[in-house]
Amino acid sequence: MRRAELVTAIVLAMFSMYLMWKSGEGPSWDPDIARFDNIGFDETGTPGSGFWPFWLSLAMLLSCFWVMFNWWRRTSPPSQSDLPYMDGYSWKMMLLVGGGLFAFLGVVEWLGFYVGIFLFLVYYLKFLGKHSWVKTLIISLCTPVFCFFFFDVAMRIVLPKGITEPFFLPLYDIFL
Amino acid sequence: MEVLPSLLDGIFQALQPVNLGLCVLGVIIGLFVGAMPGLGSVNGVAILLPFTFVIQELTGSVSSPMIFLAAIYYGAMYGGAISSITLGIPGASTAVATTFDGRPLALQGHAERALVTAAIASFVGATVANILFTLFAPPLAGVALKFGNPEIFALMLLAFSTFIGLGGDDIPKTIISIALGLVLATVGFDIITGEPRLQFGDPLDFFPATKDLIDTTGFSHGIRFLVLAIGVYGIGEMIWTINSTRGEVHMTEANVNFKSVWAAIKAFPKAAKGTFIGSFLGFFVGILPAAGATPGSLMSYGVTKMLSKDKDSYGKGNVNGIAAPEAANNSASTGAMLPMMTLGIPGSPTTAVLLAGMVIWGLQPGPLLFSEQPEFVWPLIGSFYVSNVVAVLVNLAFIPVFLWMLRMPFTILAPMIFVLSVIGTYAAYQNMFDVWLMLLFGMGAYLLRILDYPLAPAVLAIVLGPIAEPTLRQSLLLSDGEFSIFINRPIAGPITIIALILLFLPVAKFAWDKTRRQAA
Repeated sequence: MRRAELVTAIVLAMFSMYLMWKSGEGPSWDPDIARFDNIGFDETGTPGSGFWPFWLSLAMLLSCFWVMFNWWRRTSPPSQSDLPYMDGYSWKMMLLVGGGLFAFLGVVEWLGFYVGIFLFLVYYLKFLGKHSWVKTLIISLCTPVFCFFFFDVAMRIVLPKGITEPFFLPLYDIFL
Repeated sequence: MEVLPSLLDGIFQALQPVNLGLCVLGVIIGLFVGAMPGLGSVNGVAILLPFTFVIQELTGSVSSPMIFLAAIYYGAMYGGAISSITLGIPGASTAVATTFDGRPLALQGHAERALVTAAIASFVGATVANILFTLFAPPLAGVALKFGNPEIFALMLLAFSTFIGLGGDDIPKTIISIALGLVLATVGFDIITGEPRLQFGDPLDFFPATKDLIDTTGFSHGIRFLVLAIGVYGIGEMIWTINSTRGEVHMTEANVNFKSVWAAIKAFPKAAKGTFIGSFLGFFVGILPAAGATPGSLMSYGVTKMLSKDKDSYGKGNVNGIAAPEAANNSASTGAMLPMMTLGIPGSPTTAVLLAGMVIWGLQPGPLLFSEQPEFVWPLIGSFYVSNVVAVLVNLAFIPVFLWMLRMPFTILAPMIFVLSVIGTYAAYQNMFDVWLMLLFGMGAYLLRILDYPLAPAVLAIVLGPIAEPTLRQSLLLSDGEFSIFINRPIAGPITIIALILLFLPVAKFAWDKTRRQAA
């Protein structure tokens, strides 16, 4: 935990510096504007477009140094802790749940929301939740059906269907 | 007094069967939409606006469609608390502060008390606001008119300072959280100069193989509040719960019956302080153009905590921490109607949609509305009272249904919340890039939470950022770059000074503790 506290502060400090650098970018259509010209005031006293994000990123950077200082003084709870940042169980669940979610979105892009929801629920309920096949299939089938009628039919929010779109056309003819 | 007969006539009109039916239907839809993570009052009102033309045609009245939409607005304000308390995910930004104490109280086995407190506080807040709206509309509108950009920015500063000075979390981590939220809110285009800003390019440029598979629009449209909020509260919260409980989540068995709900109602006076502060502060903040219910609820939470003798109990299930934001968001939603109806200036995104609806129905919102369209104004105001009563009754009656969600095995609830989070993010913006971003934020939020980084300030910041930045820059434009404008003005000055005191409170406390230690 102690090492993670320092590493996170360093990563956030680097991200702050990146944000400061990006904030100073002028518009691409005007190459005459030098970097960081937009972080102060112009002749009319108006702050430039980079003013707000730049100084906030600087405040973030200074706060990261403050976190590092507290780490060095061992005043914050994570800097005093000898526990691991994530143990084996946490890593496993992070990969299974987080990985499952990324895979879910990948499937949504390809096969659409309704098939994606069905497959994700089967994966989660059966393989992570260890529920019976009957319960798994009931929930996994009912959820996308309810979502279809609520979003596509009632709310007219058409959810992407990927390559399964043609299968929904007859349903549109009936319900829309 | 001319107000009372007009109001009674308005309530009588709102109680006509058609209007009452629309009130009930609107409240039920609002409760559902408000409770759904990813959908809020603005989504419900915007999506159903086209259907109101049918209502107008059927009833032949311009009041009826507005009554229907206002009831959705009311219902959504009540509904936001349901998911905040039962799922730990705010249904809308207005219910973010309700999560702070509502969720811990539910996890302690008092979900019914949290829900009843939220419902009654909402009812009281809305009732107070309705009375204030009815009686004091003209003078209050006059006060709101005096709020220029420096005053609004000072209020924003006060909201952030409250988190730093009184949040109780690690101060540098709180500042990082606020600054990160504010910077994320600037992504997209600078609304003053029109220059592109912090557009990181398409991240998938680094992975050409995904080019044909995944269609992204990059960061050009900015990072929306819901993307961060659902990521933090939907994905991050769930993964945190799964890991911190080792999958052995024992959801509270809430004892919901007439007796327990009645006991929760009898215990409500303990939340009177938060309700009182939220009702009045919420209304006042709600009438400020561009402020609305979210800052109102967050400020009410902060002020109630600040004035409490038992600050340590906040964030652990204090009923005042539920009552204050809930009273405030309901009160503010009525308050936001005030500038919309009297000045034609919407006080919140939802009232902006309502304003658009009024224009489409052939009405002209503004100072003349009260004198020229009383047959529209008073039934609408009457419907505020009627919707409020309907909302609290429907809400209380459906508490067992809401608590049923808590009794679900966590291995069913968690994937349902993941699905709701993904579908809710898509439904809000119809953009898959936002869904990917929401997932990344969720993962990041989980990793930061392990190290005690507070994430609520980042969510607050991304909501208030689009208000804070333009008001700061326009104020500085007004003063030729002089920051003294925030001190010199009679209203902005005291607010700024209080904000600065709160900002430096931790430093003063540190110095005081050090002096005491040395003296000892």
